[in-house]
Amino acid sequence: MTPTDTLRFATRAALGYPLRTSLMVLAMAIGVASVVVLTALGDGARRYVVGEFASLGANLIIVLPGRNETGGVNAGSFITSTPRDLTVNDAAALLRAPLVRRIAPLSVGNSEISVSGKLRDVMVLGTSADYLDLRQYSVAQGSFLPREDLGRATAVAVIGDKIRRELFGAEAAVGRMVRVGDTRLRVIGVMSPAGQGLGMTNDELVIVPVATAQAMFNTNTLFRIMVEARNRDALGPAQKQLEDILRTRRNGELDVTLITQDAVLGTFDRILGALTMGVAGIAAISLAVAGILVMNVMLVAVTQRTGEIGLLKALGATGRDIRLAFLTEAALLSIAGALVGYGLGHLGAWGIRLAYPVLPAWPPDWAVVAGLGTALGTGLLFGVLPARRASKLDPVQALAKR
Amino acid sequence: MAQIELDGIERIFTLGDSKVHALNAISLTIEAGEYVAVMGPSGSGKSTLLNLLGLLDRPDAGHYRLEGRDVTTLSADEQATVRRNRIGFVFQSFHLVPRLTAAENIALPLMLAGMPASERNTRVLRALKDFGLQTRADHRPEELSGGQRQRVAIARATIMQPAVLLADEPTGNLDRHTGQEVTALLEELNAGGTTLIVVTHDPSMGERARRRLMMEDGALRQDLGGEQTAEPGAVRP
Repeated sequence: MTPTDTLRFATRAALGYPLRTSLMVLAMAIGVASVVVLTALGDGARRYVVGEFASLGANLIIVLPGRNETGGVNAGSFITSTPRDLTVNDAAALLRAPLVRRIAPLSVGNSEISVSGKLRDVMVLGTSADYLDLRQYSVAQGSFLPREDLGRATAVAVIGDKIRRELFGAEAAVGRMVRVGDTRLRVIGVMSPAGQGLGMTNDELVIVPVATAQAMFNTNTLFRIMVEARNRDALGPAQKQLEDILRTRRNGELDVTLITQDAVLGTFDRILGALTMGVAGIAAISLAVAGILVMNVMLVAVTQRTGEIGLLKALGATGRDIRLAFLTEAALLSIAGALVGYGLGHLGAWGIRLAYPVLPAWPPDWAVVAGLGTALGTGLLFGVLPARRASKLDPVQALAKR
Repeated sequence: MAQIELDGIERIFTLGDSKVHALNAISLTIEAGEYVAVMGPSGSGKSTLLNLLGLLDRPDAGHYRLEGRDVTTLSADEQATVRRNRIGFVFQSFHLVPRLTAAENIALPLMLAGMPASERNTRVLRALKDFGLQTRADHRPEELSGGQRQRVAIARATIMQPAVLLADEPTGNLDRHTGQEVTALLEELNAGGTTLIVVTHDPSMGERARRRLMMEDGALRQDLGGEQTAEPGAVRP
């Protein structure tokens, strides 16, 4: 029997029992589709988180007050105990490190902003002029914070786009006076809309000079210091320099935590990558179930077509001919199921992207390849036993059956 | 050299702990082009003999030489090749593949032999014409009458131009008139030189054969009308 004939014969056999074939294809399709959809979801979550961190800007080192006891970087690194404060003077000192391009001290608090009778809760961020370039943001109107001594509490503010819209509407915002808490500030600029990072959106932020913020919240500690190294390769040495400076300033004890973006990204990448693999593994179970279903269906097919097998043997079919015909049929069912499942999976991923536009729910290539491969593999593997059984049938007994 | 030579063939089935001698010391020679009817009551072993002649079954003892070659010792795949090229089967229940059309059913042996599709088509078209099935080529078995089904089955059995045609109750599922047509068709093929061996219950069909083998309890009781008689021991007057 030529391969073409085997293929055609198996196709006719599969199409000869439409209900059985479509149910089989459906079972396999559900397995493959679940792998595609679940990995799309997992990988989408991974890409979302990684994207959030990447939007912090490249070459960043974040300095947090307090020491983190664990060696590596994990999600808990952002919560540290604070034995000694991080101050504006620390921040200014860090600029002396040769590999540092710019720094931005960060002081954060919640307050209210009011203008002409309108009142709104806002998050206030105290920082310096370099913050804009460091985070690669831009201002839409007016200018950003003036370049001045970090200790100077100028009464100016840069507001987010959403706050501008809500407080001023169509009116010009730049040059107006606002009240934040008990402090009167002049609006000197408006941020461009839709910058995002770590759950802080610029749209709802009021940015003031760091000394102004510290006066407003009556504190002299910093939330953190963001440091930009000269380039990506300088990240490691720069971190070393920063540690040296901070250690000298703190009587030889390094009670701050330095986090590079690379380490954070890598960790989240690993965690969520593992999660995706786990989810894919669970989905693969349904593929194994589908494989067993293929075997079941093919065993039934062998029983159903016993007479036909006997006839083929009487007509001179070798055991190999019959084995190949049944194996091809099992493979065809698996391939059809895998392809339909691939389509369904992409449809599902598309649905997720439609429902949650922030989630880049694309199935990763490895998952698609593994899903399709497993489907074919199980289909063939579980097709072997029925095919062997068919080829071993005694022709006399097979012919006696109708 | 006779076309078929059976020498001391035994076939024993084990049912539980009892042994059934389905074929008991069968020795027989059949020349090329003979027309043989195998007759006898049910359970006399005639179907077993036919299966054995068709290489679907193996004897427990004895030798079977087909065209001078001992085929009892061949491997399963070698036997399949012999079946494909030298032997045609016609069954009582036709055994057509229900999902294939008449033409595709006839083409099955050619397909199994690995013949290219174009050559296959010309052979099948000629067979359809020879058996008066041109208008039924694209019909499935369920759309054919009993007589047409058996004609398709015979066309399939002869498409490889076998040396021996084995028919197991070929008219058993047909009415009298159609049965006679099918018998005539088989006899025509026999007249063309193909050895025809028919297993039948029907005495009127048996009468038509030039040679009749009467079987009983797995043994050959009578061998009538043949050019030569079987071993004296196996025959009783």
